[in-house]
Amino acid sequence: MLSSNSSYNIVDPPDGYSSPGMFATRLDKVVGLARSNSIWPLPFATSCCGIEFMATMGAHYDLGRFGSERLSFSPRQADLLMVMGTIAKKMGPIVHQIYEQMAEPRWVIAVGACAASGGIFDTYSVLQGIDRVVPVDVYVPGCPPRPEQIIDGFMKVQELVANEPLRRRYSPEYRALLEKYGIR
Amino acid sequence: MPVKDPHIIIQPEDTDKVYTTLNLGPTHPATHGIFQNILTMDGEIIVDAEQTIGYIHRAFEKIAEHRPYYQVKPLTDRMNYCSSPINNIGWDLTVEKLLGIKTNKKIDYMRIIIMELARITDHLICNSVIGVDSGALTGFTYVFQEREAIYEIYEEMCGARLTTNLGRIGGFEREFSPLAIKKIRDLLERLPGVLREFEKLLMRNRIFMDRTIRVGQISAERALNYGFTGPNLRAAGVDYDVRVMNPYSSYDDFDFVVPVGTQGDTYDRFCVREEELWQSIKLVENALENMPEGKHHVDVPEIFLPPKEDVYSKMEALIYHFKIVMGEIEIPAGEVYNAVEGGNGELGFYLVSDGGRKPYRLHFRRPSFVYYQAFPEMIRGSVLSDAILTMSSMNVIAGELDA
Amino acid sequence: MDNNFDILTLLKEKFSSEILSSETTFDMLSVTVRSASIFSIIEFLKTDPKTEYNFLTDICGIHYPDNELPLGIIYHLHNLRENRRIRIKTFVPLDKPEVATLTSIFSSANWMERETFDFYGILFTGHPNLIRILNVEYLDFFPMRKEYPQEDPTREDKDNRFFGR
Repeated sequence: MLSSNSSYNIVDPPDGYSSPGMFATRLDKVVGLARSNSIWPLPFATSCCGIEFMATMGAHYDLGRFGSERLSFSPRQADLLMVMGTIAKKMGPIVHQIYEQMAEPRWVIAVGACAASGGIFDTYSVLQGIDRVVPVDVYVPGCPPRPEQIIDGFMKVQELVANEPLRRRYSPEYRALLEKYGIR
Repeated sequence: MPVKDPHIIIQPEDTDKVYTTLNLGPTHPATHGIFQNILTMDGEIIVDAEQTIGYIHRAFEKIAEHRPYYQVKPLTDRMNYCSSPINNIGWDLTVEKLLGIKTNKKIDYMRIIIMELARITDHLICNSVIGVDSGALTGFTYVFQEREAIYEIYEEMCGARLTTNLGRIGGFEREFSPLAIKKIRDLLERLPGVLREFEKLLMRNRIFMDRTIRVGQISAERALNYGFTGPNLRAAGVDYDVRVMNPYSSYDDFDFVVPVGTQGDTYDRFCVREEELWQSIKLVENALENMPEGKHHVDVPEIFLPPKEDVYSKMEALIYHFKIVMGEIEIPAGEVYNAVEGGNGELGFYLVSDGGRKPYRLHFRRPSFVYYQAFPEMIRGSVLSDAILTMSSMNVIAGELDA
Repeated sequence: MDNNFDILTLLKEKFSSEILSSETTFDMLSVTVRSASIFSIIEFLKTDPKTEYNFLTDICGIHYPDNELPLGIIYHLHNLRENRRIRIKTFVPLDKPEVATLTSIFSSANWMERETFDFYGILFTGHPNLIRILNVEYLDFFPMRKEYPQEDPTREDKDNRFFGR
């Protein structure tokens, strides 16, 4: 346990009632707190934005500060799919498959203009946004976005994760959303 | 193809053997970029490989046929995104060749500074990634700091970090700011120390040498036959460098060494890139010291965007501004092939103009695309982990591969 | 320039009826030849000690819809020893876009020809593996031909009013 005058930063506790020796809050707040500060991202880097992601992971920007030190290259253990770069139509089914392989709860960031909307490549071969194959939680604009922007998008996901109701993934709306994308 | 390791013997004629098929890619933690290789394996030995590419095919050439000339440039950024300024300036030089524009020494030297900085970022990424793939992550984090510094220089010059869209047809949009020059000087002061440290970490490291020497070998004849260019060809022992063979942008004013290897293996490719880094540092230094006086753009009002204050106050400038931005500049008919030495080799632009406002046909000769097809031949008979190293040492950039 | 001229006379001596036209643009000799003899001409250029174009820089296609022979194939060869470049062009009809493959003399031609097939539908006879390389396999047209649009045809969210159409 870190003492209160430690130089390490620890996250603030969620809203609740405290008195000496006890703390009461909602279960989903605690789960959200834990989840949002230990997200394992799966970097799905295809092109230019992937290089900026390397910079984001590098010493200068260091995504590890947000609890994402550990990249999960296997979709099975990943919480967050970060799609960075152009997704061609040839690649579309693969993104879909990777999303299917991920375990619930799962989140998706579309990093960069290409992943978000096709970007400048409005052509016969490019998928016009990955939201045509998988549901997306956060879009990060930019071509490519700066590392700060990627981190900002990541923090937006943390916010979503922290505030997600526990039963959201069982709701009929969520099922309908997955149904729409043909995800089992 | 010689057997790499004396105690590994492959007998392809042994038909009773059961081979395993291993799917490597299109997205795999060990491959940097999106390529699929379906490997036929005998235990851990690769018997054959079948490649699938095109996972980020973005149809650059089709888009280029629908864009005015100056709008083609953002496309070139996204081709080899590790060294976008080289692509940008390659495109500028191509159009200038078609138009017959002669640039002054000042512009040439500015271009050399940019291009060599880009080459430094390109080779830094490639070499540090070779280190990562052989198990040494430390070097990667060292040199990434310096690459970040080069991005800051780009930022100072044009505002963007990665996809720079630097320069214009006929020169540069502005002078290098004093801060940019200061940042370059700082970098030149710091980079040699970092590089030396990086080399100390890997170059004579027993483990690294064992992992890379005679891995992914290719002979000079085969390399030429496969259309290799750039560091990969030079590692095989052919001293072909476009900067020397067809000097563009006043490269002939400078004295630099074209390093060549002898074995054509991963270690030689690493060493050639390492030496090129030193040469690039020297080139940037020399170009910065000997920067002549002059204007940062050529006087071609119909191609080069006028300064903004003129647009607001002069009729002519306004007209040119309008015509350039609306893409209403007609370029004389003709066809031209122009090549520059990109990060990975000869980056060629074959441009056909029919006298219209857009290119009639633009073909990019992408070095990665041409030489990646040699990959199965280079890894046949080696183990899987060596194949990964070979791939990273070839520096195949997915954006350039798939266009 | 002298060298270019020499090569041209040499080619004309050897393949007089096959050379259709030639020009020198931007210091590069450009020769248009009949498609039937493309293999023998390039093989000659590669193997003959006087020419020795031993490096295949590039192969690409081109489409002139209004021409009699609309589809073109353009080869760039490079003599690395003497640093000379040459461009060979040949044109084929739309209904029979066939030309011999160079894969037996240049390994690098393999993917370049596949790319040209992928974009323009030019058939390289004798090619070991002539399938699409960059595009998806089920694509049923050759996208770089001039009659096909650049834009994604499956897109519904584009309002023509905002694009000046």
